[in-house]
Amino acid sequence: MTIAARPALAPSPDLLEEEHGPTGMLKWLTSTDHKVIGKSYTITSLVFFCMAGLMAMVMRTQLTSPDNTLVSQHLYNELFTMHGSLMLYLFAGPFAFGGLANFIVPLQVGAPDMAFPRLNALSYWLYLGGGMIMVSGFLTVGGAADFGWVAYAPLSSATNTPGAGPDMWIVALLLTGFSAIFTGVNIVATVFYLRAPGLTMFRLPIFTWNMLVTAILILIAFPVLASAMIMLWCDRHLGTHIFTVSGGGSPVLWQNLFWFFGHPEVYILALPFFGIVTDVLATFSRKPVFGYKGMVFATISIAALSTSVWAHHMYTTGTELLPFFSLMTYMIAVPTGVKFFNWIGTMWRGSLTFETPMLYAVGFLVVFLFGGVTGILLASPPIDFAVHDTYFVVAHFHEVLFGSAVFGGFAGLYFWYPKFTGRMTREGLGKASFWVMFVGFWVTFVPQYILGLHGMPRRIAEYGAATGWQSLNQVSTAGAYLLFASVAITLINFWVSWRRPVPAGDNPWDAHTLEWATSSPPPHHNFYWIPPIRSERPVWDYNHPEHATPNGHAVPSPVPAAVGSLAAPGSSDGGAGGSGHVGGGTAQ
Amino acid sequence: MKVEGTVLLVIGVFMGAVCAIYWFLSNETSGTMMLLGATLLGFVPGAYYLWWSRRMKPRPEDNPSASRADGAGVVAAFPSTSVWPFVLGVGAALVGLALVFGLWTAPIGFVLGFAALLGVIRESRRGGAV
Repeated sequence: MTIAARPALAPSPDLLEEEHGPTGMLKWLTSTDHKVIGKSYTITSLVFFCMAGLMAMVMRTQLTSPDNTLVSQHLYNELFTMHGSLMLYLFAGPFAFGGLANFIVPLQVGAPDMAFPRLNALSYWLYLGGGMIMVSGFLTVGGAADFGWVAYAPLSSATNTPGAGPDMWIVALLLTGFSAIFTGVNIVATVFYLRAPGLTMFRLPIFTWNMLVTAILILIAFPVLASAMIMLWCDRHLGTHIFTVSGGGSPVLWQNLFWFFGHPEVYILALPFFGIVTDVLATFSRKPVFGYKGMVFATISIAALSTSVWAHHMYTTGTELLPFFSLMTYMIAVPTGVKFFNWIGTMWRGSLTFETPMLYAVGFLVVFLFGGVTGILLASPPIDFAVHDTYFVVAHFHEVLFGSAVFGGFAGLYFWYPKFTGRMTREGLGKASFWVMFVGFWVTFVPQYILGLHGMPRRIAEYGAATGWQSLNQVSTAGAYLLFASVAITLINFWVSWRRPVPAGDNPWDAHTLEWATSSPPPHHNFYWIPPIRSERPVWDYNHPEHATPNGHAVPSPVPAAVGSLAAPGSSDGGAGGSGHVGGGTAQ
Repeated sequence: MKVEGTVLLVIGVFMGAVCAIYWFLSNETSGTMMLLGATLLGFVPGAYYLWWSRRMKPRPEDNPSASRADGAGVVAAFPSTSVWPFVLGVGAALVGLALVFGLWTAPIGFVLGFAALLGVIRESRRGGAV
């Protein structure tokens, strides 16, 4: 146990001691530092992302020509199941709330660590164990789970999908589900109890707000998933008939349980990236977030609405209340529209520069907008009846999820990479990776929309030559290879920055929020010194007293704010650190 | 603490309203029960936070004009390193694998979990004098 104290005004010498702990492998195994755990989470989730991406490449190659026999139908089933499971359960969520949030949220609230450091470490080990168990399904005799990432009953029964692989999938989701719940509890407690003085709830950075709301959504959704998994396991092994008609059960109950988790899960995967994009847009526009409170209320509205739209995945079962779910789904477009309005307002008349994180953030806006618009189409039951389970839906959710988790996620990765490692990435490689990804993305998914409208069903390994689907599939596959290349360029970028480091300094982007007030990477227990907090962007206020943000009111930064007493550093608050520039630009 | 409690309470009120409307329109049990759970998840902690916010001392993080000196000092005691989360994680994975490959991994998992429990308690006592 070490006692973490919060610095008062000047850097205090007794806080400058470094951690005397184990190093190397032992550090990785025993550390409870949120920064080490956050990095572990980030790297592990990126490994799963690459594995799932390679599976996608195999599937796209299989679909290049009609009646292709590159992989068997059984293996194809395993591939799309594991592609979806890895991407959704092991990459997008853990990357956001395990990796980025774990590292950034305590820094953004000025805390020494997460509220429950050992629980945080346990979350990571449960996640890693669950992930390894899920992937090692491929090593079993019957292969990995092959019932789709949604595991619909009765396809997921012991008769239809026997073997150890599906059971390992169930166990993996139990373990990673609990890992997510523990992380959710940790984030809520950290935001509620460990904020720095003056950092009221309505001064939190939008990323932290979104992570808080995401954590609450996790606490609503993941227990349902865990209980559904236990029921499914009982059906498979203990002879219960919860989801089988023959014993008086209901397969639609599985869909209700799964989607009550599954739809909030979509927003658990999207809201963190909304937060990243908000912070990135504000930083590279050199302006406060436009409509800060509107942004917060929109986030809460999206989260609340997202738990009451689950059955829009089940229109075609014919058992659901179509008007209710259709109306609720349409209503989600309103707070999302508020967010888009505010994102554009944040950039409006700002001093924009387009570094790699900003490019990815703007790319997110375009991609997610199109995904959202096709989502509004799908919210209408008559249209959904026509295109349900076609490639139209595949293209829609890839635009939404790829848009948020990859474009938004890479924006965050490039944005905070200097804070993670203390090194800069190369702008040229970063921009190249963005443009290759942006072009590859449209080339991949626009043909899939058209294929869906032509009636190509999802989850098929082969199609006949007479269908006429070949050329569009070839275009889509070419786009997928471009996506593969863009991720490779990003990995090369990280490799280059690792081998030939360019020191980042504390605040290379001239950013706004508290994580940029400490060194890169931050020391043990994070802060030697904290600037006074008088608005939602304390570091900016300290570095640019002439453009300080008046308390509670956002103005464009080129207009000098008439504040004087409130925001100017040192006036009301003792003037810690004199007139020094927090962070500085480059190497120090 | 008021804002924190209010956020949860607002979610609870919204989920409660949706729960009532959904039950009235559909008579469907599983969805209603899950919505009821979500309602309680908003109400129970939200009401607790609001109740507690009136009894606790005002906190510098809730005060928009708090100075840094107000929040200086000891925040809490944090464990610096601990091997027990790893041990507990391995134990949990072994217990989980017992659901797939038969019960023989479960006892090993439970022993590891129990060891981790004892280890965490000892660790907290040793360093937890703050």
